[in-house]
Amino acid sequence: MNLYAESVEGVLLVRVSEERLDAAIAIRFKDRMREVTAQPAARVVLDMSQVDFLDSSGLGAVVAVMKSLAPGRKLELAGLTPNVEKVFRLTRMDSVFRIHADISDVTREGIRNAG
Amino acid sequence: MLADRAARPPARKDAASDRPDAKIFHHSFAADALSVRSALRSALARFMRQMTRDEAGTLELVLAEVLNNIVEHGYGDSGHGTITLSMVRDRRGLSCSISDDGIELPTECLLQSDTVQEMRPQPDHLPEGGFGWFLIRDLAEDLGYHRGNGRNLLAFRLPLKPL
Repeated sequence: MNLYAESVEGVLLVRVSEERLDAAIAIRFKDRMREVTAQPAARVVLDMSQVDFLDSSGLGAVVAVMKSLAPGRKLELAGLTPNVEKVFRLTRMDSVFRIHADISDVTREGIRNAG
Repeated sequence: MLADRAARPPARKDAASDRPDAKIFHHSFAADALSVRSALRSALARFMRQMTRDEAGTLELVLAEVLNNIVEHGYGDSGHGTITLSMVRDRRGLSCSISDDGIELPTECLLQSDTVQEMRPQPDHLPEGGFGWFLIRDLAEDLGYHRGNGRNLLAFRLPLKPL
C-alpha cells in the first residue's frame, strides 16, 4: 500500500500511489491512513489521481477514513479519474465529500488563504 | 489450473490486427481477493479492443462486485473455494455467467422492488458498505440466478455499443 503524505500550508496532502483501491487493499488502506493522519493538520486531502479503479470496498474504506477524522477534521478528495468518479456518482457519495478537480486547486487555495 | 491455462490467449507474436476479436472468455480461479484481481485483468484484456474506456470501467466494476461478494459472503469464513467466470461476446454486448460452490445467495440481492430500493445506502448516513448489489443491479441487465446441486449460477448481460 503506497501512500505519500506531505503537509502544505497546514493541509495534509495524501497521494494514493496505487492503480486500484479495491477489496484486496481496502483494509491496508484504512490502516495506513490511520497512521498517516495521526499528525495534526486542519484539512486532509486525498489525491486519487493515480487510482484508475475503485470498487465498493475501496469506497467503504474512503468513507471509514472520513469518519475516523470526524468531528474535528474532514476528508476532502482530489483528482478523481473517470471510473472512480462514476462510483461516487452512482452511489451518490459524491454529495458527502468536498471534491477538487485537481490537487493543484487545493495547494493554490492554501497559499492564497495563508496570504 | 488446467482451465486456467486453456483460457489464456496464445502467445502474442502476431500483430494485433491479424487476430480476430475475442468471442469467449472462460476462467476458473481461487476465491480470494488477489485471484479476483488477476481474473479481472485477464477478462478486461480479452475484450478491451471491443469496448470504450467507459464500458470497460463498467464491466470491471460489475464483475469486481459480483466476484468479491462470492469471496466475502459466498465462501466467507471457509477461506477457500473456486469461482468460474464465463463471458461470451455477441452483437449487443457481453453475456457473463459466474458459478461457485459457496452458500446460497440471499433472494433480496436480486430484487428490484421499491422496498429494496429504499434499503439503498443513504449518503448522509456515511455507509461503509452495502453498495455492491445496488451497483450490480444498476449497471447489469437481465440479471438471473439459479441454485442447483449446491452450486450458484449468476448470469447477466452488459450492453456494449454494437460491433
